[in-house]
Amino acid sequence: MSEPPTNTKETTAMSGENPESAPAVHTGRSAATSPTTTEGPAPALEVRSVSKYFGSVNALEDVSLAVHAGQVTCVLGDNGAGKSTLIKILSGVHTPDSGEMLFDGDPVTFAGPREARAHGIATVFQDLATVPLMSVWRNFFLGNEPTRGRGPLQRMDIKQAQRVMREEMAKMGIDVRDPNQTVGTLSGGERQAVAIARAVYFGAKVLILDEPTSALGVRQSGIVLKYVIQARELGRAVIFITHNPHHAYPVGDRFVLLKRGRMLGSYAKSDTSIAKLTSLMAGGAELEELSHELQRAVDPSVKEVAKELAAEVKTPG
Amino acid sequence: MLAAIVVFLLFAITDSSANHLWLKQTGVAAWTTQAAFFGIVAVPVGLLMIGGEFDLSAGVMTGVTAIVMALLVGKWHVNTWIAILITIAFATAIGLINGYIVVLTKLPSFIVTLATFFILRGASTGGVLLLNSGSTQITVTTAHPAGLSSAKSIFGSSFFSSGSLPSGYSTAILWFIAVTIVGTWVLSRTTFGNWIFAAGGDQNAARNVGVPVNRTKVLLFVSTALAAALVGIISFTQASSAVSEQGVGYEFFYIIAAVVGGCLLTGGYGSAIGAALGACIIGMAFEGVIYAGWDSSWDFAFLGVILFLAVVVNTLIYRRALKARR
Repeated sequence: MSEPPTNTKETTAMSGENPESAPAVHTGRSAATSPTTTEGPAPALEVRSVSKYFGSVNALEDVSLAVHAGQVTCVLGDNGAGKSTLIKILSGVHTPDSGEMLFDGDPVTFAGPREARAHGIATVFQDLATVPLMSVWRNFFLGNEPTRGRGPLQRMDIKQAQRVMREEMAKMGIDVRDPNQTVGTLSGGERQAVAIARAVYFGAKVLILDEPTSALGVRQSGIVLKYVIQARELGRAVIFITHNPHHAYPVGDRFVLLKRGRMLGSYAKSDTSIAKLTSLMAGGAELEELSHELQRAVDPSVKEVAKELAAEVKTPG
Repeated sequence: MLAAIVVFLLFAITDSSANHLWLKQTGVAAWTTQAAFFGIVAVPVGLLMIGGEFDLSAGVMTGVTAIVMALLVGKWHVNTWIAILITIAFATAIGLINGYIVVLTKLPSFIVTLATFFILRGASTGGVLLLNSGSTQITVTTAHPAGLSSAKSIFGSSFFSSGSLPSGYSTAILWFIAVTIVGTWVLSRTTFGNWIFAAGGDQNAARNVGVPVNRTKVLLFVSTALAAALVGIISFTQASSAVSEQGVGYEFFYIIAAVVGGCLLTGGYGSAIGAALGACIIGMAFEGVIYAGWDSSWDFAFLGVILFLAVVVNTLIYRRALKARR
């Protein structure tokens, strides 16, 4: 059956038991999939056994993860797993109650999102990334407008802005024919691309993508995944937060699973599979129980569902 | 633009005045002057609407600032130029108050500026009655108040007066053109203009990329108050007097001009030149109805129809702008 993996040597402990869990995650990265070993450069961003409490609620407990330049670390978890709390810690909105955060190997604390941004950590929020009624180039340079002239004649360098925007979008594989086209007329995937390209252009070393595919259809999700790979190829460290293992697996180098605020495990790509991730996320044992319960039902169609469920639980093992 | 031409032609056709004055200098001077008085404020009100807020106190502000000018110059014999500086400072303060209350309380600006509108209206009328021994009109009685004639030549005079047009064109028209050019420049060419669109389009997204949304909005409120003060200064220097309750009701004309000019009520979209054209349409409506020989009450009905058509067209544009191409 699909009990949590037996073949991964670096599966982290559920809690406190192993304080060195985060470094262990790295040494455990199999050399075949990654050029980075312990001797390699420090991760661009790393959190070590961070916890966050809201009153008596443990939103996040003892979670560790790291992301290297040119790699994608996926954070997987169902609703309420603590993904958004983790994003907020990584992007400087919350400070962790315990545990530490390292940027390029040095410990850091962020007083706010602005400070995280100044360090080169860019967060692309699912809905709050672009202004639909504004043109692509205006969105691209919003808050960082290039200017020319001085004093009262200082103005945006529109030609420059449009040129750079087209070049940067081309790197993402999008040809923006009309730079005055509003972002609202772009497809959902392209809008995410504008936000990603913008973050990359303005020097983001670490790119945190918050559920970039969750509101999109299959085709559009595929497009966004392509941009995730592009950002990785451009040497950025990408943290890709999602609840969909089918989206995470093809692009990720490492997978961190969260459940109810705790870490379920951290796996290198070579040590896992889509099926295993799916089953882990759904909670293999619980799924099996559900299938048994459904089988007791009289309705034949429900039985059919139960069989499928059972089959799915079995396959990963 | 098209709408403005249509309205112009409509009144050219319906013009029933003697000698068909609508197409002559008299008619043009009449409606451009009317348009200028609305347009000077309508342009910044349009920018404020693009930034996602309303200013209902802009109308009464034109009257209050004229009263401040009249009190300073006519009653307390202050040099006109110093009075202008004091009036500008006063308007800046009102703009800052409007702006900060809106961004700090996060209350709808519609309500906040409605409150300012009523406070200003009541306080100015009451104040004038109190200070002016029961009369609502303050007139300059001194023969040659210091600085008034030089201020008048810049703000409240006329140009191109000729035999066929003794009163000429109002200087307000030049200010209107200047305000429109500055508004267009700021909105379409400057960084601040980009922030205006973003503040009205999606303030959360704007904040996420570091746009100072609150500062942008406060500055926009200051600009509407200053534009209203400009109109106040113009009307005072022109008439050498001011009446309380002057400008009450104009706030809606500014909003109508902006909406007719294509500014979205929900913010994030529009143009300065559009608001200026909207003001021209209102000016034509006000004067054209008179030239057509109808009762001037009809101009409100006319404006209502124009406003309705404009909103319908704007909504269509908005939907198209947001519709995904594939």
